[in-house]
Amino acid sequence: MATDTITSFTATRNACKVCAPLGACLAFQGVEGAISLLHGSQGCSTYIRRYMISHFKEPVDIASSSFSESTAIFGGKENLRLALANVMRQYQPAFIGIATTCLAETIGEDVAGFIRDFRKENWDPPLPALAMVSTPSYSGTHAEGFHATVRAIVDSLAEGGPRQETINLMPGIISPADFRYLKEICADFGVRPILVPDYSDTLDGPAWQEYHRIPPGGTPLDEIRATGRSLATIEFGATCNRQTSAGALLESRFGVPRHALGMPIGVCATDRFFETLEAITGRRTPEKHQAERGRLIDCFVDAHKYVFDKRAIVYGEQDLVVGLAGLLAEVGMLPVMCASGASTGRLRDAILEDNPDLGSRVTALEAVDFAGIEERAVGMRPDLVIGSSKGYPLARRAGIPLIRVGFPIHDRIGGPRVVHLGYRGAQQLFDRIANGLIESQQEASKVGYAYM
Amino acid sequence: MLEILDSRKAQIHRTGAAPFDMQCEKQSLAGSVSQRACVFCGSRVVLYPIADAVHLVHGPVGCAAYTWDIRGALSSGPELHRMSFTTDLGEKDVIFGGEKKLYRALLELIDAYKPKAAFVYSTCIVGIIGDDVNAICKRVSAERGIPVLQVESEGFKGSKKDGYRAACETLFKIVGTGPTEGISPRSINILGDFNLAGETWMIRKYYERMGVEVVATITGDGRIDAIRRAHGAALNVVQCSGSMIHLAKMMEERYGIPTLRVSYFGVEDMSRSLYEVAEHFQDAAMLDLARKMVAEEVTTLLPELRRYREALQGKRAAIYTGGAFKAFSLVRSLRTLGMKTVVAGSQTGNRDDYQLLRELCDEGTILVDDTNPIELSKFVEEQRVDLIIGGVKERPIAYKLGIGFCDHNHERKEALAGFEGMLNFAREVYSSVMSPVWKLVPRRQRAIAVPSPQVGEGRDQGKEPFADRQLADQLSAPGHHVVVVPHEGIGATECEPPSTMQPN
Repeated sequence: MATDTITSFTATRNACKVCAPLGACLAFQGVEGAISLLHGSQGCSTYIRRYMISHFKEPVDIASSSFSESTAIFGGKENLRLALANVMRQYQPAFIGIATTCLAETIGEDVAGFIRDFRKENWDPPLPALAMVSTPSYSGTHAEGFHATVRAIVDSLAEGGPRQETINLMPGIISPADFRYLKEICADFGVRPILVPDYSDTLDGPAWQEYHRIPPGGTPLDEIRATGRSLATIEFGATCNRQTSAGALLESRFGVPRHALGMPIGVCATDRFFETLEAITGRRTPEKHQAERGRLIDCFVDAHKYVFDKRAIVYGEQDLVVGLAGLLAEVGMLPVMCASGASTGRLRDAILEDNPDLGSRVTALEAVDFAGIEERAVGMRPDLVIGSSKGYPLARRAGIPLIRVGFPIHDRIGGPRVVHLGYRGAQQLFDRIANGLIESQQEASKVGYAYM
Repeated sequence: MLEILDSRKAQIHRTGAAPFDMQCEKQSLAGSVSQRACVFCGSRVVLYPIADAVHLVHGPVGCAAYTWDIRGALSSGPELHRMSFTTDLGEKDVIFGGEKKLYRALLELIDAYKPKAAFVYSTCIVGIIGDDVNAICKRVSAERGIPVLQVESEGFKGSKKDGYRAACETLFKIVGTGPTEGISPRSINILGDFNLAGETWMIRKYYERMGVEVVATITGDGRIDAIRRAHGAALNVVQCSGSMIHLAKMMEERYGIPTLRVSYFGVEDMSRSLYEVAEHFQDAAMLDLARKMVAEEVTTLLPELRRYREALQGKRAAIYTGGAFKAFSLVRSLRTLGMKTVVAGSQTGNRDDYQLLRELCDEGTILVDDTNPIELSKFVEEQRVDLIIGGVKERPIAYKLGIGFCDHNHERKEALAGFEGMLNFAREVYSSVMSPVWKLVPRRQRAIAVPSPQVGEGRDQGKEPFADRQLADQLSAPGHHVVVVPHEGIGATECEPPSTMQPN
């Protein structure tokens, strides 16, 4: 089934996506001792820092090779060398993640070649581990940049060897709280996960005793090396390219079996994740999580009338949108519009795969912007909006609640603490969705009951 | 141990030490995590508040996405500036060129949004893929009858400052294209205020109360038609000189409009901005109106500031701003609050700026140009600051270390200029510095255990009523018709000679 696209405006008006290098920096941030280095103009790193800092409220240092006019003409190899040297001196990183920008790609920089040359040279101190990813902002979105970077990290480090009792978890773009919860689930199953990446501590850490050049946390390099020896890989993402994913690489290079799932958002999708864990570990879902599931369903029952037939606009990264659509469908809500700035060509199919009943009642929009979302929403009579804080203007104009999820949440405290995944995440999301609807009814009521 | 990169050492200076030989206006060092952005950022920030123009970013999606509706620049009418338009170039456009897409995008946006002008920002790759943006702009301008102007803001072609310049060049093409009939000889343009949280409105009102006509506000609450007429003004009053002085200079050369550099931050600088305009027009009545207004504003303000000043006396601050001119005002404003600036720097200051900053600050202050997070964090730790004033990128450095923070960047939603702004500033500084949360923060707990030397200094200073001697001296300096007199233990600023009011 084809995905509807909007072609009425040539220009993008209020983009529902950001650029690939941001996704790269976000992924690199989840490697222990890592610093990101963008090969391009100074502005790219500064803008991305500002965008990430405003969501995570944590320091985010991203170095730049700071192109000048002559760099753009004569090439950036020397700038990159100098940038590496300076980053090493100032940050003493264990890992430098290098991502290209549109400028470097357009002038045809062979960054992989530069790095090969650098590795042959004598560096004092020696070069740390390096990974390089090609992320021109004219190709794909931050989500594609993120997935490509996870693959590049694994590609640069993973090693084979005898199997060990770990599972690889490549969860995609999720919140620090989601990472913590995934680790808790794995621990309860008695299995050690290797998360790539894991920015739960680096992007949601405590106050410090002293300034850290690189925030503590992230997946240690040795663990990433060990991904080639794990029992299995679980990767989330219903729309991301499964041929080029990190899990695909580990499967083909080291024979690590791969379980590709959608993001476990809502009961049905989470059941599949727990079933996968049961299959890999040979253990039953621990009682604690069964109980959490039980309470979630009990809550669905308690609130089902408040949400039934309500119409939601959902937007953001496609994998997240597909997951949210599944949650809405299982409680009887209609994700009347599912929208994303990305264009994978798989959004509609991925939604319908899990929820065939939605059929023609869902409008799936790829390569759409916020102006387009708002224009298409006319006549859809939405009751609420679910997505990042960038949808606030349209929710405000429509006079309906915005349930803030995903990235970025620039207008609230606590974005990094939103749990989206699993029974716990579904519980939190469902409470907020139901309460958002109840509150808008309450506020519109002349009576103003304090009892429902 | 802080290691300063060798190539950065000359961009740091400790006042009182060594001869002053500070370097600045350099391209950011590769690999140093500069707090600066790029040329595009400089242009975008300057033109952003023009609310009846289409701002189209020609390039891949990032540059437009990161600058969508992030600034607190308000408009009294249209709000086109809050839209983020981009040609969102894809792989095919990069290979085959983006001209056709740009052309179509412009026509559609102009037809749909009916702007008074369109700005087309060139991003990094535009020159490299060979798009003739100027030709497209001319063509669309001819077809639609509005100015369609290229902003030459390719990110790598210099620093943020070059972006300011490119924006000024673009604005200069609009200036001079409108009628100037009926403009008063007592008229000004307000340059370099961006109407964050309505600050331009506030400033405009002050000048209007003095009987000055404001022709154009560039670019706060900016309108194309007003900018077209800007050459009819008798004086350009320029704040944030880093960004707008180039436009003022060009207007001075072509239209003979003199330039006055001002700042609206802090009581002193705000008052001086009004007096100097009156002095420029050599209008005694206007000067009198200005004095009355200052007296009125200041007598309400100062008693309110008292509570804050008592609490903040002797606290130590670090300032890191985009332009250096703002830093001067902040040093003075902090002094008004009894605070001491111990680290000061900017992204784009020049040598003269740092020379002045050096004179303004106490001995031992660390001055930095184009610093990075590692340096900044070490300087604020070493100087034991209680407050950092900066932007979004400095905020987490402050918070992680348990230091108060005041946002003085374009993202802010709080008016900090003018007399009312000074009170907001005091309240914001106070509410961060005095928050009890610091008592729970690990680094501050450690600091509390070791008594800090500056506490005593602060108390000593506190003995003088409102009483920063330097403030009093500055306000009563010859040529500035302001004096500070004690008033209920805190003092009041009065006009001199106060014909209708006598100091208590």
